[in-house]
Amino acid sequence: MTYSAWIIITASLVGLSCGFIGVFLILRKMAMMADAISHTVLLGIVLAFLITEKLSGAPMLIGAIIAGLLTAFLVQWLHSLDIQLHASMGIVFTTLFAIGVILIATSVGNAHLDVQHALMGEITFIPWNTITLPLIGQIPQATALLGATLFVVLFFIVAFYKEWKITSFDPALAASLGIPVLLMHYLFMGLVSITTVASFDAVGAIMVVAMLITPAASAYLWTDRLSYMLILSGGFGVISAIAGYFIAAWIDTSISGSMAFASGLLFIVSFLCSPLHGLLSTYRRSRHRKLSSHTEKA
Amino acid sequence: MWSILLSSNTQWVLASTIILGIAAGLVGSIAYWKKQSLMSDALAHASLPGVVISFLLIGEKNLLILILGAAGSALAGSLFIQWVQSSTRITEDTAMGMVLSIFYGLGIMLLTIANRTAGGNQSGLDSFIFGQAASMVRFDVFTMLGLACLVILVVCLGFKEWKLYLFDASFAKGTGLSLTFMNILYTAVLVTTIVIGIQAVGVILIAALLIIPAVSARYWTHSFRWMLVLAAVFGGASGGIGTFISALGSGWPTGPFIVVTAASFFTISLIFGKERGILVRYIQYKLHQKEVHVRKVNTHPEAKGAK
Repeated sequence: MTYSAWIIITASLVGLSCGFIGVFLILRKMAMMADAISHTVLLGIVLAFLITEKLSGAPMLIGAIIAGLLTAFLVQWLHSLDIQLHASMGIVFTTLFAIGVILIATSVGNAHLDVQHALMGEITFIPWNTITLPLIGQIPQATALLGATLFVVLFFIVAFYKEWKITSFDPALAASLGIPVLLMHYLFMGLVSITTVASFDAVGAIMVVAMLITPAASAYLWTDRLSYMLILSGGFGVISAIAGYFIAAWIDTSISGSMAFASGLLFIVSFLCSPLHGLLSTYRRSRHRKLSSHTEKA
Repeated sequence: MWSILLSSNTQWVLASTIILGIAAGLVGSIAYWKKQSLMSDALAHASLPGVVISFLLIGEKNLLILILGAAGSALAGSLFIQWVQSSTRITEDTAMGMVLSIFYGLGIMLLTIANRTAGGNQSGLDSFIFGQAASMVRFDVFTMLGLACLVILVVCLGFKEWKLYLFDASFAKGTGLSLTFMNILYTAVLVTTIVIGIQAVGVILIAALLIIPAVSARYWTHSFRWMLVLAAVFGGASGGIGTFISALGSGWPTGPFIVVTAASFFTISLIFGKERGILVRYIQYKLHQKEVHVRKVNTHPEAKGAK
């Protein structure tokens, strides 16, 4: 397979897994939590690197999951001590992120990990770093990791579909039905962390937030059904990823930045034109209502 | 180690980050009570494309112009958040996350282009991401000092109005205070603080300087006046100490050190704080337990005998 085909496949995998996870992030009103976790995952990766001295899949994943869960736990704990939720997120993630950056800048520096990479992703280097898998043959390491992540995410979504649905829309009902809400919460945070860390190589710490939230928010404007929303969100994620790649190739700029930008364009289109919750249709409906009440009066 | 303090450039840079910290502490306290802590984070990220666009337009690094660009795109971001949130069912949380990441993505796109064009690499635009206080020239320092003092002045002179605006909006309206004006003024001081901070602390971490000192101050006092004073002290000290530490190593980013300093103050406040600090709570809990125990023993003499 060619060089750009691998990049497009990797980007689409990012779009797909982030799109699925994003739906639940939005429904659970935890969009900013994704932002917080995507920042702190950096600390997990740096620590894993400092301990194992190499940037490989498993330790990085473990480090990221620990960092993600630690963030979720610390935010909850500070919130329980009477600090506003957003303020406690702001304290936890900026601090952990700052520690990560300091570690990179002072001790790890110039090795394989640099701050630029962590923030922007290095999708252009992904096809060079390959591993050989049985049956499939040689594929880029990051692509394999993303494929595995997508599989895990899909598995958990399908296996606990009903539970996710109830805990997202009505946590109180879920608790009364005996669904372990807290466990589901931390399981979900774990899924967010692995999605983030798998996408990290491709799009970096901050653009992954765009890929997580924006396609799902666009899909939220098109439909009221969870299953359609999941499919639409995944689709929007893939479209943003591919469109981003071509925009970047066209004006020769950062691929991850363009992917975030493309997802933004998709959102604006949905915001204006969606037949269900779009601006144009809401406007037309309100005018229609006004007109019909007018004729009734007359 | 102390010799760097003697260089006059370092002294000016230190002065400007201290003043910046004071301004951020004050404005952060207002943002805390507006329940908009993360808004500052979203606006800071949203300012990146403005910085790069104004650089691309004028072709050189003039802090004042870059600040204007940053303010423009931060305001665009905040309007977009309000628009999306008010006209659809998307929550503020989601809208903030979107604006934060999409504007930042656009900023990175433009930054890559700016770095490719001649001179872009030397412009030090990269330092806007993590902050590099050492890269500031004298003119930048004066711009920052001036604007930060203006913010401090606005908060201090309008103390009574801010208090009314935050805690009793309907009474404020009754006394003839225009809430629209206060909202505009609030957005103006918030955006100003953010954009003057990005040169020293960077777009990613400037939010911390607004959030952390304000929350730390809450652990020492219940009065809004003292909260402002303490947040300013914590902010100023974090700015100064963080800048000093980052000046010790070559090429160390300033922002992360300032944030970690602020976080250490927060940890101290969280544990030892006079109001609801963990230690105080624990002692109160123990005292209360003892008191209950004593009362129990006194009212039930047989319990004593059983022991």
